[in-house]
Amino acid sequence: MALLEVEDLQTHFRTPDGINRSVDGVTFSIESGQTLALVGESGCGKSVTAMSILRLIPEPPGKMAGKIRFMGRNLLDLSDKEMRGIRGNDISMIFQEPMNSLNPVLTIGRQIGETLRLHQGLSQKEAEQRAVDMLSRVGIPEPTRRVGEYPHQLSGGMRQRVMIAIALACNPKLLIADEPTTALDVTIQAQILDLVRDLKTDIGAAILLITHDLGVVAEVADRVIVMYAGRKMEEASVPELFANPKHPYTEGLLGAIPRLGSSLRGATARLSEIPGMVPNLKKQIDGCLFSERCYKATDICRKIAPGLEEKAPGHVAACHYASKEMVPA
Amino acid sequence: MSPLLEVNGLKKHYSLGRPLFGHSREYVHAVDGVSFHIDKAETLSLVGESGCGKSTVGRAVLRLFPITAGEVRLGGERIDNLSAGRLRNMRRKVQVVFQDPVSSLNPRMRVRNILAEPIKNFGLVRSRAGLNARLDDLMKKVGLPADALNRWPHEFSGGQRQRIGIARALAADPELIVCDEAVSALDVSVKAQIVNLLQDLQRELGLALLFISHDLAVVEHMTHRVAVMYLGKIVELAPRHELFARPRHPYTVALLSAVPIPDPKAKRSRIILKGDVPSPINPPKGCRFNTRCPFVFDRCRSEEPELRPVEEGHLAACHLNDQPVSESQLRGVEAMARRIW
Ligand SMILES: Nc1ncnc2c1ncn2[C@@H]1O[C@H](COP(=O)(O)OP(=O)(O)OP(=O)(O)O)[C@@H](O)[C@H]1O
Ligand SMILES: Nc1ncnc2c1ncn2[C@@H]1O[C@H](COP(=O)(O)OP(=O)(O)OP(=O)(O)O)[C@@H](O)[C@H]1O
Ligand SMILES: [Mg+2]
Ligand SMILES: [Mg+2]
Repeated sequence: MALLEVEDLQTHFRTPDGINRSVDGVTFSIESGQTLALVGESGCGKSVTAMSILRLIPEPPGKMAGKIRFMGRNLLDLSDKEMRGIRGNDISMIFQEPMNSLNPVLTIGRQIGETLRLHQGLSQKEAEQRAVDMLSRVGIPEPTRRVGEYPHQLSGGMRQRVMIAIALACNPKLLIADEPTTALDVTIQAQILDLVRDLKTDIGAAILLITHDLGVVAEVADRVIVMYAGRKMEEASVPELFANPKHPYTEGLLGAIPRLGSSLRGATARLSEIPGMVPNLKKQIDGCLFSERCYKATDICRKIAPGLEEKAPGHVAACHYASKEMVPA
Repeated sequence: MSPLLEVNGLKKHYSLGRPLFGHSREYVHAVDGVSFHIDKAETLSLVGESGCGKSTVGRAVLRLFPITAGEVRLGGERIDNLSAGRLRNMRRKVQVVFQDPVSSLNPRMRVRNILAEPIKNFGLVRSRAGLNARLDDLMKKVGLPADALNRWPHEFSGGQRQRIGIARALAADPELIVCDEAVSALDVSVKAQIVNLLQDLQRELGLALLFISHDLAVVEHMTHRVAVMYLGKIVELAPRHELFARPRHPYTVALLSAVPIPDPKAKRSRIILKGDVPSPINPPKGCRFNTRCPFVFDRCRSEEPELRPVEEGHLAACHLNDQPVSESQLRGVEAMARRIW
């Protein structure tokens, strides 16, 4: 049994002009000690997937269906009280917008310490000491001084690191990291990614990593899911996906990234773009959601949505034209 | 001819209120003596870690606050001490595009009014027809449909909002645009579109860009020259190819080596910086990088290295580039630089 099993998750929002199918039938699982990356264009439902796992979707306007099994229990069946015991303890999350998730009137030290006292029963003093440790582990200079400061006194990158410190403080079994390093520079990013890797190897935590940065995916993830417009388009191991993308959308994403060292190879042509825009999630679309933008699309793509199919061992994609290798039965 | 923008010995120190009892007032040395120039139609990128002072340099160029020391010149004229009246014209010439397209657009204004504001403020058109023609032209330039003018900011995606942000900057007919992490929040495919757009606009309009970013791959893709900052100072400044091929400061090498490469098979050797991250409140004596530098030696702890030419147009501030340094140390930086590729 995997640590987390998400089965046919649907998270929809009621809006004045229709239902927004933000997450529309997504299935995946994560084992302990494994890092699964979730990538895809802005608005494709990555954060909503993460918030659904933590049951942080406001209902209404949101509505969730499907199953989210964590250590065998379906989280969608738990009471709010049971859920609070899991959040910040067994499952912790680094949110995409650090400024909104820190309390502006509490010092940094209090905020880290609070989590520890609540979930691990540490004394005030122990919690404070641990907070200083955590701050220095995430690379904040002068941690003893910074514990006494308020969020507005820190730079954006520092606030992000404080969030990371809070998330790691309780040694969670599952860490959900939503764009954890976007606001950080690369040297600190390397340090944080190391920390996240440690968490995985030292205590066997599972990590759900949400990011736009395919470099980060290549570096720390084991498997990767490519999402598009609320659906899973492709899933494979990281080496397989980068070497052998099956979905034209994945191909497009990989083609659009600028590569370090490009000027040394004399190759600084225009970046390739994926033409067009993400479809409106409120409209019913019968065919493939990507067909409007796809260079391979034909009539069948516009009429019939392709199902997810195993195209190579451990490699699934939803595309009528993805090449299929021999998959042992 | 003087360059479009010149920054000489720029300093910006922020005072930290409430001095502790028995202590003197403390300052954040956010920018501590920075000099560079940008030519017309040129892109200079500012890179370096969080808090090293990149945005502060950008804001000084935009004249958003009084600077502590130094001077900023635009087209040869000092702008850091202009009177309010003269400031207006300068404000038109230097525009900005921020990271967050969502919070930088007024949600209660239609796109038409967002863009018309600078055009009217700076008196760039005489008639209603002139204004409309200009607005249509702006939409074309940034690749948005003309009917977008009548919509509200929240009706657009992040990438489209960033296009509106760029259109607003262009509306003032600027000579220089400060792009402060302008593409950092965008996802891969939209980022590619915006990067291409900025390059097209530069070619078409002869715009100069001060491109602040922590994404070194994007910087390498679109810049002419790069300035690497560390703790309020420029430690290396070089043309693109020079900087990426032959970095001459250990911090630059560490920075390049830390960039995650979108290729799981890539085997690069990474330099993880150890040692204390210093604070801009009490910058270390000597070289500011000495607490984390893998090549530190005695002189680095006592004497601050100057930013000096090491090649034509290539400046670096590191004692290792001096003659008396031992062969083996110099080989160290070079070898380290070679290993990361
Ligand atoms: N509370 C809500 N009410 C209505 N719609 C919502 C709500 N939260 C999210 N959505 C919609 O769900 C969709 C998916 O959003 P989500 O935040 O998951 O995107 P994302 O993949 O995380 O994007 P990004 O990369 O920009 O963070 C979007 O269309 C968004 O507008
Ligand atoms: N208004 C202010 N008051 C006090 N200190 C400030 C203020 N604004 C910035 N600082 C400090 O000045 C230093 C430089 O900040 P700046 O925003 O220029 O950094 P940056 O290089 O743009 O960083 P990032 O990559 O995180 O955006 C930081 O130490 C920051 O904490
Ligand atoms: Mg998100
Ligand atoms: Mg900044």
